Amino acid sequence: MNKLITSMAATALLTAATVGQAASRDYVSIVGSSTVYPFATVVAERFGKSTSFKTPKIESTGSGGGLKLFCAGVGVEHPDITNASRRIKQTELDQCVENGVKEIIEVKVGYDGIAFANSKKSAQLEVELKDIFLALAKEVPDPKGGEKLVANPYTTWNEVNPNLPNTKIEVLGPPPTSGTRDAFVELGMEGGCNQIDWIKALAKDKHRTVCHSIREDGAYVEAGENDNLIVQKLEANPNAYGIFGYSFLDQNSDKVHGAKVGGVEPEFDAIANGEYPVSRSLYFYIKKAHVGTIPGIQEYAKEFVSENASGEEGYLSDRGLIPAPSEEHQSYQKAVNGLEPMPSKI
Amino acid sequence: MTEDNSTLSPNIPKRPRTIDVVRKNINKRNAAERRFQLYGKVAIALAISFVFILFFDIINKGKGAFVQSYIALDIYLDEQQIDPDGTRDPAVIADANYFGIIRSNLREMFPEVSSRQERRNLYSLVSSGASYQLADLVREHPEYIGNTFRLWVPADDDIDMLIKGYIDRNIPEDDRRIKDNQIAWIDKLNEEGRVKTQFNTTFFTAGDSRDAELAGILGALSGSFFTLIVTLLLSFPIGVAAAIYLEEFAPQNRLTDIIEVNINNLAAVPSIVFGLLGLAVFINFFALPRSAPLVGGLVLTLMTLPTIIISSRAALKSVPPAIREAAIGLGASKMQMVFNHVLPLALPGMLTGTIIGMAQALGETAPLLMIGMVAFIVDVPSSFTDPSTVLPVQIFLWADSPERAFVEKTSGAIMVLLAFLITMNAVAVFIRKKLERRW
Repeated sequence: MNKLITSMAATALLTAATVGQAASRDYVSIVGSSTVYPFATVVAERFGKSTSFKTPKIESTGSGGGLKLFCAGVGVEHPDITNASRRIKQTELDQCVENGVKEIIEVKVGYDGIAFANSKKSAQLEVELKDIFLALAKEVPDPKGGEKLVANPYTTWNEVNPNLPNTKIEVLGPPPTSGTRDAFVELGMEGGCNQIDWIKALAKDKHRTVCHSIREDGAYVEAGENDNLIVQKLEANPNAYGIFGYSFLDQNSDKVHGAKVGGVEPEFDAIANGEYPVSRSLYFYIKKAHVGTIPGIQEYAKEFVSENASGEEGYLSDRGLIPAPSEEHQSYQKAVNGLEPMPSKI
Repeated sequence: MTEDNSTLSPNIPKRPRTIDVVRKNINKRNAAERRFQLYGKVAIALAISFVFILFFDIINKGKGAFVQSYIALDIYLDEQQIDPDGTRDPAVIADANYFGIIRSNLREMFPEVSSRQERRNLYSLVSSGASYQLADLVREHPEYIGNTFRLWVPADDDIDMLIKGYIDRNIPEDDRRIKDNQIAWIDKLNEEGRVKTQFNTTFFTAGDSRDAELAGILGALSGSFFTLIVTLLLSFPIGVAAAIYLEEFAPQNRLTDIIEVNINNLAAVPSIVFGLLGLAVFINFFALPRSAPLVGGLVLTLMTLPTIIISSRAALKSVPPAIREAAIGLGASKMQMVFNHVLPLALPGMLTGTIIGMAQALGETAPLLMIGMVAFIVDVPSSFTDPSTVLPVQIFLWADSPERAFVEKTSGAIMVLLAFLITMNAVAVFIRKKLERRW
């Protein structure tokens, strides 16, 4: 009985003591995209080891989730930096301002290509964006002709395009919560969609629904956020295709190969110079109000944009990050050094 | 005899003898029993084979995590480079370019390497942690300055995979992450006795890292430790007190019935719900820090409380009423009866329930997702409010890492987690066997 009371008292004390501590924080708190996560963590680790600052804490919440947390307010309980695999939206920016997060510094760290890959056991695919759209959209133009939309009738690749193999359409990709999926839909699907003139001419809302809806009849399989899992499944099933970030293609180049999209291989140089059509920018956003209050924010950001990290020969390029062209890179270095906030209207 | 009966009283309908009925379908019934036993055996065999496959797969993949390849470098620490003034000031020593020392050392070993790309390949033979290792060594042993000594540094994770034989040398060079010249260098180093694989102490002494060869589970282990301490300190006393009150003191009425039903329901609530509750109450309302073991422990307390209350009540119920009656009969008050007589007898059962609840909490990830404990944390946590992760979260994070070498780290961490779970359950079984009394 006595023991019971002592242990309860100890817990109460402990809780009281720690609540007091919550008022300050001596490490940088980072949230956001799971695509930027593998790069941000490398920077954070090096930063922690090579400086006297604590290693920043990085949570992988997805781009949208990260921005939501980031824009929730100013204060130690809110994160200092959020990573994003797409640009911040105007609505999110408004939300930020409404909650008192007025000055945000935008930093683009580089590019990421989205690979459309299959197992090395089967031949490399050569597709056009239009083929991808026709194979994966929920509704496609009637194959019999005319400007009419029908539920996607295609079951094999060669029905979509006679040059493609006679295999079942089976694509493993990320779920809607993923930034990779957003980017794939915006760049891949919409890009293909716009190659069909009459769809391109549709009203904005209608155009969006047609171009952004992925079929739900089993040809597109939502394989979860774990890209390693997709690679493993592709290995087991040589007829399936997978959608994931370039860094996973790079790390698994002995198991899978990326399809040529529009005749371009998903390779480092092609993604960097924008030739590869399905590539997107990676960003992080800094809360200016926290700089100076929480130690190490600006220093961490400087490390991230340093030539040594995200520069052309930097250590992040070994991890699969495609560096931004040097002029663009320098402009973001300047933004970090001068803590120049982005405009509130984009 | 039957015939006699029938002849004597022909009006009585002929009734089959029981023994005939029994004999008639005995084969059928025996066969049914044998079939049923067979189903049972097949079920057990399937269950065992699944467990076996699971263990075999995990051990097979994870055994590599416990060894690590090292490469020997003969390092000469030039005093001019490290401490030109000979002050031995730790700040001066820490500022030296150890990165460069490691790189120039590699260049000296392979002087034929000239092109930029080749050099990059050469530098990536050893882990990026090598320069930090050297810096730490020099800080601790300044007497090495000016001397040459042999330093074993961890090989880079890709090279480690090659040395462990996970990389097929026969596939075309473009398709592997290890280039032909790197293989040639490693083979040469191997011939010179400069490559060894040994027990990977880093795996047990380091926090998380994005370099597989530097990653360890100590950070996650101490996170789990702090979280479970909070959970145990809160859920055991609260759970036991609630169980004692409900079982021994509470009146039997509508209200206690409702409470009882709800406790049973809570035990079946998906754990993510507790995570959402924790986010709303502990973090948003009480403003406790995100990612802290304190909050994790509080959330897991909510989750394990029902388990502990239910098992504690069962333990109290199993104490025979005679004990209570005897105590009361000898003049003990109700509280004396409970705490001096019933509780000691019920305690082993309560402890078993608590340990099983703790084992459940140790394996939980979903509720921690909501409160920010799924995060990349390098520094090993040292208090209840330091940001930290727990073992199952570490497994989840590693499973999601693109680098190939994390596959074995993932399985290695699973082995450690399983070892803890099995130990905890074994302790629970031991306590039950050793202390439980049968009436």
